Amino acid sequence: MCGIVGLLVKKPALKQQLGQLMVPMLIGMTERGPDSAGLAVFAEPLKGSARKLSLYSGLTEAGADFDWHGLTHGLQQHLGVTSTIDVKHNHAVLSFEVSPDIVKKWLREHHPKLHILSTGQTIDLYKDIGTPAMVSDRYDFSSLTGSHLVGHTRMATESAVTPDRAHPFTAGEDFCLVHNGSLSNPYGLRRKLEPHGIHFDTDNDTEAACRFLEWRLREGDDLETALHAGFEELDGFFTFLMGTPDKLALIRDPFACKPAVVAETDDYVAIASEFRSLAHLPDVKHAKVFEPAPEEMYVWNA
Amino acid sequence: MERVSFDLASTPLREVNQFLHQKLQAEDKRHVEVHNPDGAHNIAVGLDQPVTVEIHGHAGYYAAGLNKKAHVIVHGSAGTGVAENMMSGVVHVKGFASNGAGATAHGGLLVIDGDAGLRCGISLKGADIVVGGSVGSFSGFMAQAGRMVICGNAGDALGDSLYEAVIYIRGEVKSLGADAQFEPMTDEDRATVADLLRQAGLQHEPASFKRIASARSLYHWNADANQEY
Repeated sequence: MCGIVGLLVKKPALKQQLGQLMVPMLIGMTERGPDSAGLAVFAEPLKGSARKLSLYSGLTEAGADFDWHGLTHGLQQHLGVTSTIDVKHNHAVLSFEVSPDIVKKWLREHHPKLHILSTGQTIDLYKDIGTPAMVSDRYDFSSLTGSHLVGHTRMATESAVTPDRAHPFTAGEDFCLVHNGSLSNPYGLRRKLEPHGIHFDTDNDTEAACRFLEWRLREGDDLETALHAGFEELDGFFTFLMGTPDKLALIRDPFACKPAVVAETDDYVAIASEFRSLAHLPDVKHAKVFEPAPEEMYVWNA
Repeated sequence: MERVSFDLASTPLREVNQFLHQKLQAEDKRHVEVHNPDGAHNIAVGLDQPVTVEIHGHAGYYAAGLNKKAHVIVHGSAGTGVAENMMSGVVHVKGFASNGAGATAHGGLLVIDGDAGLRCGISLKGADIVVGGSVGSFSGFMAQAGRMVICGNAGDALGDSLYEAVIYIRGEVKSLGADAQFEPMTDEDRATVADLLRQAGLQHEPASFKRIASARSLYHWNADANQEY
C-alpha cells in the first residue's frame, strides 16, 4: 500500500496555513501507511548562490542529541564556510553560500551517518519512521508554511522500514518524489544510472525512479519529456507525485493499479490516494473532484 | 415508514452497518440517510433487506458491496469496487465511480451517472450496469453474463475474453479486447437498451448504441492461434 498526499495553495494568504491544512491529509492516510511518514515543503527560494540541506541525525550515535553547532563550527574551521542551522531535535536545515557539493563531501567524510535528506534553494524535507501522527508531531508539521508540498505515508513492501527508506526521495536539487506502488525493474534502472556517476543511498525501488527522472531533467528534458521517458523505462505499479520549486506533477501507471483523487477549488489543488484525506479541506463539498486518468500527466503550477 | 439518519462525522460506521444488518427489520425503518461519508470504506455493504440507503457525499471503497434487495444511492462519487458482487437490488452513483465498479456482480442494477474507472464490470456474472459517462480500460473483462450499457466512450481492451455478457456502447471504443467483436443491433437489443436506459433515468436513442459480444473463438483452445484472437 502507501498513501500519497499533495497540496498546492493558489492564494498567497493560504501559504501560512499550508502545514495546518496538510496534517489531517497525512493522518487520513494512516491506514494505507502506518510505518513511516514524510513530506517535502517548497517555500520562498533562498537568494543568489545560497543553498540549504535538510539533515537527519537519527541514524548517528548521538541521535536527537547530535551536536549541530559543533557541525557548523567544524564547517567554519575546516572549510571556512559560514552556515546557519535551524534545528528540530534530530532534524536540521543547514544554509550556506557555497556549492552544496563541497559541504556534502565534508559531511560524508566527517559525519558519515548523518543522512542528507534534500539539497536546494526551496525544498525542506522531513521523513522518519512512526505513524503519520507521530511524525507530524515530532517535526511540528502543522507550523510549516510554503506554496506547495508533497507527503507520503508508508507501508513498506520493497525494502526495510528505516528513516532513509521513507519517502519523499530526492535527487539533485529541489526535486522530490513520492510513490505508491512497486517497481519491478529498479535494479535495471540502477545499472543504467550508476555508470553515469549517479550514487544511490538505499536499495529502495522508489529511489531508482526518483534518480532516473532527476537524471532526465538534468540532461535537459523538461518535466513532461522526463515523465514520458519514465513511462517507457519504469516497469511496475505506480502513482508518483513529484515536487519542483514551482510545480506539482502526478502520473499513474497504465493499469491505474494505485489510486489517486484530486480536489480543486479557487484556493487550492489537493491530491491524495483516497478522498478520506481530502474530506476535511475547506469548501471541499464544492470542489471539483476527479480521478486522474492512467498514463496522463497532471502538472499544477505554484 | 420511518426515516432514520446517521452522521458518520460523529457515529462509527460499524454502528450504521450493524443497524442495516440487524436492527432494520425489527424497527421497520425502510429509509436510511448517511451523512458525511467522507470517503469511508464499506458503507452499506452486505445488505439483504429491501431498504433505501442514501449516502450524501463521497463514498470510499466497496460501497454497497455484496448488495441484496437494497436500493443504495450515492449522492457523490464512489471509490474502488462499488456494488462489487451485488446479488440483487439497485445501486445508483450520482457522481463518478473508481476502478472495478460492479466487479463480479451476479444480479441487480448498477447505475453510474458519471464516468467509471478501469475494469468496470470485470467478471460480471449476471448484473446490469449502466454508465452515463465513459468507462476506463479493461472494462467487461471476462464478463460471463449480464448487460453493460455505456453511454460515453471506452478505453483499451473493452470486453476482453468476454463470455456471454453483452456490452452496448454509444461512443468510441479505443480498442476491443481479445475475442470481443461488434455485432449488428437487433430489435431485441434496442428494446434491452431502451429498458435499461429507462431504469437508469437516462435519455438516449437506443439505435445510437453498438453491440459488442464474444466471437467465442476463445471458448476452445487453438494451439495454432499463436495467442492471437
